[in-house]
This record gives sequence, structure tokens and C-alpha cells, in this order.
Amino acid sequence: MKIIVAIKQVPERDARIRIDSVGKWIDLADVEFAMNESDAYALEEALQLKEAHGGEVIVLSAGPERVGKTIREALAKGADRAIHIASESEDELAQYDALGVAQLLARAIEDEIVPEPDFLILTGLQSDDLGLGQTGVIVAELLGLPHASLILKVEPTGSGTVRVLRELEDGWFQYLELHTPAVLTIQSGNSKLRYATLMGIKKAKTKPVKVISIADLMSEDLGKSPAWRPAAPVVVLEQVKLPTKQRTTQMLSGTPAEAAAKLVEKLQFEVRAL
Amino acid sequence: MSRSGKSVLVFLEMKNLEIGRISWEAMAAGHSLAEILGLPVDLALVASSGNPIFGHIHGKLPRTVYAIDNTLLHNYTADGFTAAYAQLIERVKPAYVVFPHTYQVRDFAPALATRFGQVLIGDVTGIEANPDGAPRFTRQLLQGKLNANYRHSGAGPCFLSVQAGAFRPDQTDPSGHGETMLEAFPPSLDAAKIRVRPGAPFRPSARTVDLGSAQILVSVGRGIKEEANIAIVQELATSLGAELAASRPICDAGWLPMERQVGSSGQTVAPKVYMAIGISGAIQHLVGMKASQCIVAINKDENAPIFEVADYGIVGDLFEVVPALTAAIRKAKG
Repeated sequence: MKIIVAIKQVPERDARIRIDSVGKWIDLADVEFAMNESDAYALEEALQLKEAHGGEVIVLSAGPERVGKTIREALAKGADRAIHIASESEDELAQYDALGVAQLLARAIEDEIVPEPDFLILTGLQSDDLGLGQTGVIVAELLGLPHASLILKVEPTGSGTVRVLRELEDGWFQYLELHTPAVLTIQSGNSKLRYATLMGIKKAKTKPVKVISIADLMSEDLGKSPAWRPAAPVVVLEQVKLPTKQRTTQMLSGTPAEAAAKLVEKLQFEVRAL
Repeated sequence: MSRSGKSVLVFLEMKNLEIGRISWEAMAAGHSLAEILGLPVDLALVASSGNPIFGHIHGKLPRTVYAIDNTLLHNYTADGFTAAYAQLIERVKPAYVVFPHTYQVRDFAPALATRFGQVLIGDVTGIEANPDGAPRFTRQLLQGKLNANYRHSGAGPCFLSVQAGAFRPDQTDPSGHGETMLEAFPPSLDAAKIRVRPGAPFRPSARTVDLGSAQILVSVGRGIKEEANIAIVQELATSLGAELAASRPICDAGWLPMERQVGSSGQTVAPKVYMAIGISGAIQHLVGMKASQCIVAINKDENAPIFEVADYGIVGDLFEVVPALTAAIRKAKG
């Protein structure tokens, strides 16, 4: 199989949230980054498919130089090579909306797309930072490929289709059969994520990473499809703010025993739940 | 700003022959958007025009209700719904298209918007008017730790989906009888262009716990760190006579069964008391529990979004607070 996995590097879950000076994102000084969780599951699914059926796994990621670390992590876990869409600054990608970013991704993989039934594009369901949950679906639409989202399991049938398990709401599931090539967005949690081995980390250093700047991607001679040329964004982030409280919270302070005693009193006499 | 469209078009979703609460919330969001813009609201639903469901449209009345009917839509596919909805949008030419933010909508709406050169503003929690009169949409970033305001620019239709629980369904306006038109809309669909074959939905096993009927839920999240530590939360639940619940990562890790999961992919609950232990409060969790009568949060991070919905909060190390709380409850209960 040939599998492209699109992964995103995002601020770590515990990152301290301070709004930046222009009020459009968080201050990234001192912020640690990690592979987006559902993308890590997409990578795991791709690596397992490769182990079962052979083939190659290509990692695709966009962002500034720091993204290289997450790409190396994916290579160390077993991906074969990578494509890094390199932005010159922290702000360059933020100028594109979800469609613009998907167009950049489509352009970057244009030469890799093969009309073979064993070709798949996987990505996580949504990012932990912007949480748009759209990139995979938009890429499928741009490439003219079928797609399915919230996927937990991928089984090639060997006859030009793939059978996938899709999560529905309220604990329901559904199997779908899609024509391949196809784009699948992977839900977290179906398998255990592997760690990179020391050997894997060593090997990753010599695996090829193709770095393309956004400027190069945008140059006329490269992309053959004008539909994949990002236009001015149609959705614009104007301002970020810290959330306002939806309820008045009584904070109970003191030592653990004191706070616990206060809470029990509230539960007994205000909530009347004990 | 000039817009060719003349309405706000709201797509409702039918599941198990019912229109779910989130669809009525999307309709309320559509009406409040329409009020900002001075536009009429149209509704659309996949069902044959003879379906009795159309007698049950409630809330503020729309101008037109479109019954989108084609046998290829009887089972949901992204290809079928995208094609059918695109045809209705081309016909109605709305300025705004509003969806409930369901799993189904997440599966096709981004592709539908792309077909119009647009981008879905997904999971919207608030709609207000900017000083220039244009609507401003709020959605959450970083798992609910940040709110962001977005604006739509350009002339094409603006697509948005609204988060569960963010808008209150409207009351039926008693003065508005007889104004709504029901119109059948049969899209022309080609079976060969549906590249996905959907299987029947199933639920792996019957539930053995019904979180929905519990008076008190004690729910545990990532902060518990290890499977062995669940025991201290179990003890707290036992002391309260509560059911044990969890956020998704705990069930993903297999530390508690999936049937105890609260949130958008698990159960939606509204107990008398919901105690969130080591749960940061990502949107996907909050939509499953924020209607609880009383919410208690115990978390080491004072900025965790769970405190935005909590009635009582304790900032501290759960490994100290939870055993202290268990002891205090046992003492109080004698």
C-alpha cells in the first residue's frame, strides 16, 4: 500500500495559555509542541496497514522549522519518508483558512497521488489547537476522492475498496465500504500508540524529508490545478479571548481536608444531595 | 457588504424518525442570525413531503420548509448528501447555511462548503452583530481554553454549524400560523456517483449501566494518570452512592468500559450532581454534561475550562483532595 499521513504539530495539552500581543493567537514563547493526538492514531493505523500489507508510509506536515521534530518522531516510529511544507514564520500559515491550507496540502502531494486501489490518505479527525476537523474532508473534495470521517478501523478488501469502521454518536458504530483511493480521518483511541525504538530514532536521521516552502508551492509552474490555488481567506479569525464563565463558581480553598469539608457542607445544605 | 442570498437556510437532521434537540437549537441559531440580518428563515430536511414529521416543526415558524426526497438519501452517505444539499443551495441561494454540529454534518459539510469555494465555520457557540452590522461567530480553540471570533468575508454563502447546547430552542410563536409553505425538492442524484456503501448502524453490546438515571456521577479524566489510581475515585463514588463515569481518554485507554464515557461520543447526562475529577473540560466532554444541575470540579489547573461550567471548584492535587473528600463524606453520612 501507499499511504500518505497528514500530521500536525500542536501546542502541548498543558501549555500555558497567554494571549499574544496582537490578540489573534497564544504567545508561543515557552510553549512545548507535540504531535496532534488523532494524527498520532492516523500514523499508527498507517504503520499497522504497512506491516500487514507492505508498502510505504509518507508523512506530510506543514509549519515552521519546529515541525521538523514531529516529522522525525513519525519517521522514528516507522514512516519511510516525509514532505514538510515549510512556513517562514509562525504567522505565515495563519493567513490561510482551512480551504487554503488544504489547497497547499493538495499541491504538495500532487506528484505522489497514484490512481491505485491501494493508495490511501489518512489524517486525524481534528486538531487539538484549532479544532476545525475539516482538513481531511476538504482535501478529499479537492482531490475528487471519496472520504469517511471518525474512522476507527481500516481493512483493505483487495478488490478496489476498503472496509472501515466509523464511530457514530451515543455509542453506535457503522461499517462502510469505500472505493479507493480514499481519504480517511481517524478517531483517537482504537489502538495503542507505539513508541519509537532507539533503532528507529537512529534510522530516522537518514530518512528523506522533502522540504518545500509555501512560496515555492504557490509558484505558477508547480501546481497544475488552478482550483488548488489558495485565494483570499473567506473565513477570518478576528480576535481570541479567554472564555467567560458560564456559571458562578464558588472556589473552595484551604488544605485538602478543609476544602473537602467545605464541599461536603455545600452538598448537604445547598445542593441537598447527601 | 453585498450578498446575493436572501435567506438563512437551516438544515435539520432526522435520526430514528425524530428531529433531535440539536436541530432545534440550530434553528434557533438560524433565527437569531436572521434577526441580525433582517432575512427570512427557510428550513430543509431529508424526508418525503408526506412525512408526518413536517407536522411537528415547532419554534418560530420558517418561510419555507423544503422536503428533500430521493431514495438515494435513505441511508446517509457523504456523496449523496453533499450533492443533494448543493442542489438545494443553488436553487434557494441563501446568504447563510446553518447546520447542527453533529457527526453526520462534520462528515460532509466541509466538502459541501468547498464545492462553493467556502469554508464551514464549525462548532459555533455564539452569534452576535459586529458594530458594522455583520455577524460575528464565536467558536472555541485549544479544547475550550480559548474563544475566537470569526467573520465571513466575500460574497458567497456562509456555512456554519452550531454546537450542541449553545443555543436555546425557540418557543412556538402562536401568532405565526399558516405562513409556512411546504415544498418538495427532489434532487437529481446518480447512484454511480455514490462511492461509499454504508452498513447498518449497530451498538456492540447492550449497556449494563445507565448513566442517565444516576442521581450523582463521579467522573474521572486524564488527571488520574494511571489505571491503578482509578480505585480512589471508585471509593469516592461508593461513598456517595454514585455511578462512576469517565472522559474519553480513560475509556480509550481501556481503564473503564466505553459505556461509562460521557461526552459527544459517549452519553449525554444531566444528573443532580456531576463531579469532574481531573477532567480539563474539553468541548467534547462539556457537551455531554454541562446541563447537570450541580457541577463540582477538582483539578490542579486553575485555568482548566471545566471551571467555567462548575458551581463548586477545588484547585488542588486530586490524589490529596479525593481521599480527603471520601473521608469527609463517610463522616457526614455517619
